Amino acid sequence: MSSEWPLWEVFIRGQHGLSHRHVGSLHAPDAGMAVNNARDVYTRRNEGVSIWVVKATDITASAPGEKGPLFEPSNSKVYRHPTFFDIPEEVGPM
Amino acid sequence: MARATVNDHALFEYALRLGDNGVILGHRVSEWCGHSPVLEEDIALANVALDLIGQATLWLGLAAELDGHGRGDGGRGADDLAYLRDAGGFRNLLLVEQPNGDFGRTLMRQYLFDAWHHPLLTALANSTEPRIAEIAEKAAKEATYHLNRSRDLVVRLGDGTEESHGRMQRALDDLWHYTGELFLADTVDETLATAGVAPALGDIRALWDAELAETLELATLRRPQPGYVQKGGKRGVHSEHLGFVLAEMQFLQRAYPGARW
Repeated sequence: MSSEWPLWEVFIRGQHGLSHRHVGSLHAPDAGMAVNNARDVYTRRNEGVSIWVVKATDITASAPGEKGPLFEPSNSKVYRHPTFFDIPEEVGPM
Repeated sequence: MARATVNDHALFEYALRLGDNGVILGHRVSEWCGHSPVLEEDIALANVALDLIGQATLWLGLAAELDGHGRGDGGRGADDLAYLRDAGGFRNLLLVEQPNGDFGRTLMRQYLFDAWHHPLLTALANSTEPRIAEIAEKAAKEATYHLNRSRDLVVRLGDGTEESHGRMQRALDDLWHYTGELFLADTVDETLATAGVAPALGDIRALWDAELAETLELATLRRPQPGYVQKGGKRGVHSEHLGFVLAEMQFLQRAYPGARW
């Protein structure tokens, strides 16, 4: 029966100041019920302060087969990492 | 601690009623766990059940305290009230002990209850009795969500397919004669209303009627004609269903007294 309902991807903001993170997916007939269901399925242990739901079919993903040309070129660009700065100890972990 | 001008017996009865509604409806709803039509509804219903049982813990804890049975060891008083009373000692409304039936009937029972419970708790949050106001304020937030959810589903299923519409109308017709009891005030209600501890049930009825009028219209459901009012739960006279609920709910504590885990 649930296969008749579209799939929604759920994003939860854990606390103010953090960004929404993908936490999983669920089925619901429309966006309003998807938010309700997300509240019940994904925030019952006080995980969130905000919920986004997106229809899974509305997400455009990169093709796994293209990961070579898409991502490998950045492997060899170590100078793009800010690892050449001395971080003062007072700053703590970044 | 502040004392209202009402006697503890009326407060005890009142806390018992609120607690028993929670524990019995919570148990009924929990019977769906693992059986709901879809996973999302299964979890949502389990959440509602847990909210209600959590509220019952607080109300029965207050009742135990008023009754002098509170032992201050983490809620044994509330547990004793939930697990060691027989049906005649329970003060819940007849509506909440009715069998789940199909999913639509469970939701209709929930909606009829929530539409009463939410305005009641909202009013109780302003009670002159601080111990009641404190519990009601917390419970009202949960009831707000319960009502939003059950209302939404009643509208969706009522205004859904021919099949779902028929089931919702049948559920409404079948449960209707248990709704009169929600508003029947007895001396406990009247004593507490006069003291400002609890609202007058006539005020709650007006809010319930307005809520139902709007929702039933959206759900394309017909409000049943007023008729015979089934009553008795508030003074311990229950339908045959409560005994079966208690048999399952109380079995463990009855068979293994004092068992904990």
